[in-house]
Amino acid sequence: MFQGLAEKLQETFKKLKGKGKLTEADVNEAMREVRMALLEADVNFRVVKSFVAKVKERAVGQEVLESLSPGQHVVKIVHEEIIDLMGSVASKIQIASKPPTVILLVGLQGAGKTTHAAKLAVMLTKQGKRPLLAACDVYRPAAIKQLQVLGEQTKTPVFSVAERSPVEIAQASLAHANAQGLDVVILDTAGRLHINEELMDELRKIKAGVNPHEILLVVDAMTGQDAVNAAKAFHEQLGIDGVILTKLDGDTRGGAALSIKAVTQCPIKFAGVGEKLDALEAFHPDRIASRILGMGDVLTLIEKAQEAFDNKKAQEMERKLRKQEFTLDDFLEQMQQIKKMGSLSSILEMLPGVGKSLKDIKIDEKDTGYIEAIIRSMTPEERRKPAMIKDSRKKRISRGSGTSIQEVGRLLKQFEQFQKMMKQFAGSGGMGMLGKGKKGNKGKRPNLRFPFA
Amino acid sequence: MAGFFSQLKAGLTKTRQNFVQRVEELLTGRRKIDEELYEELEEVLIGADVGFKTSIELVNHLRQEVKARKISESDQLTGILTEKILEILGEEKPLFFSASGPSIFLVVGVNGVGKTTTIGKLAGRLKKDGKRIILAAGDTFRAAAIDQLEIWGERAGVEVIKQKEGADPAAVAYDAIHAAKSRNVDVVIMDTAGRLHNKVNLMEELRKVKRVIQREIPGAPHEVLLVLDATTGQNALQQAKMFKDVADVTGIILTKLDGTAKGGVVLGIQGEIKIPVKWIGIGEGVDDLRPFVPRDFAAALFDRPEEGIT
Repeated sequence: MFQGLAEKLQETFKKLKGKGKLTEADVNEAMREVRMALLEADVNFRVVKSFVAKVKERAVGQEVLESLSPGQHVVKIVHEEIIDLMGSVASKIQIASKPPTVILLVGLQGAGKTTHAAKLAVMLTKQGKRPLLAACDVYRPAAIKQLQVLGEQTKTPVFSVAERSPVEIAQASLAHANAQGLDVVILDTAGRLHINEELMDELRKIKAGVNPHEILLVVDAMTGQDAVNAAKAFHEQLGIDGVILTKLDGDTRGGAALSIKAVTQCPIKFAGVGEKLDALEAFHPDRIASRILGMGDVLTLIEKAQEAFDNKKAQEMERKLRKQEFTLDDFLEQMQQIKKMGSLSSILEMLPGVGKSLKDIKIDEKDTGYIEAIIRSMTPEERRKPAMIKDSRKKRISRGSGTSIQEVGRLLKQFEQFQKMMKQFAGSGGMGMLGKGKKGNKGKRPNLRFPFA
Repeated sequence: MAGFFSQLKAGLTKTRQNFVQRVEELLTGRRKIDEELYEELEEVLIGADVGFKTSIELVNHLRQEVKARKISESDQLTGILTEKILEILGEEKPLFFSASGPSIFLVVGVNGVGKTTTIGKLAGRLKKDGKRIILAAGDTFRAAAIDQLEIWGERAGVEVIKQKEGADPAAVAYDAIHAAKSRNVDVVIMDTAGRLHNKVNLMEELRKVKRVIQREIPGAPHEVLLVLDATTGQNALQQAKMFKDVADVTGIILTKLDGTAKGGVVLGIQGEIKIPVKWIGIGEGVDDLRPFVPRDFAAALFDRPEEGIT
């Protein structure tokens, strides 16, 4: 569908093979492609301008890494700069020391505020919180009913009062939460245009009335150049704390994410990735970077692999995955490599034939530390044949790694599932380096959390 | 058709005070035609979501024309660009009504673009024109979507055919068509659930809805209207392609043009996929749906704010 930037630059730099240093002329040529890729991905043109200038400055005169082509090297720089611009992951809700924590959701019409109010409630409930949904959208027909239905579906209480202003409803919902012992209030508000002064003023009043701990701007990932105008206006008038990027399960390149971060400096905290009400994820800057650049491809895998470990090892890994000789030892080694390379999710996405099939798999990167500890507490033999690990071994490993027996069990179970899944891919021919992707088996997605979250 | 443009302008007045009307200024003839000017024009187009490729093509066309016509005054440039844009957009294309029996309009699009609202407004408008209308509540997925359509039905004074939440939308289509036939209705407007165009199952569901409509009335649906959010960027091209593929989209309704977004991506859509824009949405009121007027749209493209981001 899209030709990835990596490919395009490969073409641009064909004649440059073997050159040691990026000259200004090379970089200029590359930057034309970079600019186009970013604009096609809907990054705002002003943001593109300053971004390209920054990258250019960094790229000129750089030694091309031995294992990379000049094109790959430029992509690497661009990729790093995007991740850098997106900042570190901050997918947390500020929890108030004195409950209730108040979260105010704002945004344009149709961004997905009501749906994501419910998704947030599901997420917070899972974290042991007791959220309340407050229906402050008194304008859109059936908006309150929609929130009530979602409340029923997610077993979350919903607060609404008829014939009151949104400000009054918001304030009353706090009192209601206090009375009911609910510790988070999620305020759903009506969609509004950032240039509608009356309605923007209403939001300011709600803010003044309830002192929210988090004001989250809900933004459609498909938004184009105008994303900066809306985000800037909401931020200037309300001081937003973060962004929820919705509809990221579409095929948009999602350049709006970059634009919004650039103009507001606010972190994108969560991403909506599906119709289901648990389809809310932590936001991953590296994923959006690859997406904007159109890099979910083999080339990138090779390129990144070359960066961190040599070609032979990559091939060995692929062979092992395919032949199911992949042991916990290999897995541990991969983790070390991957740490150098970026995230697990991005490496998975780049595996030929795997990326698309694994779209729905959630990856919790903070768990990698535990996994490392657990595997390190195993004997070499155990790592090769995890099947031999029974109760007493589990107990020893859990003590050695400072984890629970359940966690050890979960890791083993999921590693087994992972191997099974790899078998599936191998069987369907999807793992072939030059395969055209997986055919058949459509809609059949392995329902597995990886790595072992 | 000064109506839409002046209203659009009026709506923006307050914001406009902060905006420098850069292009107008830029094109009052005081400026030299140079690379910098072309670049700025290119940015104006890209900033309006026209897209990189189409913007470059337009500006290249402009360069050629400037050369060919030996133009030296910069105030003629928007005129040339507008001509070209109008050529791409083509004539105004009204809705197609069936000569006999009910006309079936199927309304499709991704989530949150304003399908239900647009249907409410379209119903109000067609009713004013003296048509007998029923609405079909085909969004059986989203929570309270049926209630939302019913409220719009009440506002417009038209009947809504519905089933329970979770029902098969194809069955709703079937019911609505039979109701329309027996009640001598002129137009059935069918709502559908928002669906991202890359979700295979949901697109197949849409295909089925269309098939059922076709089976009941040969030649129907008479219009398949894709609702596009004007704030959407280049992904709108993908949306148009996929929906056309699955449902033979006959026209676009471009919503949310009352904000600061320009919806320039429809130029690329018209150029590449040949789906005309038929209506535009410029607000939440029942009267805020207007026929698409290419000339007004083109003029609004060059009417851009100064965001001042660095």
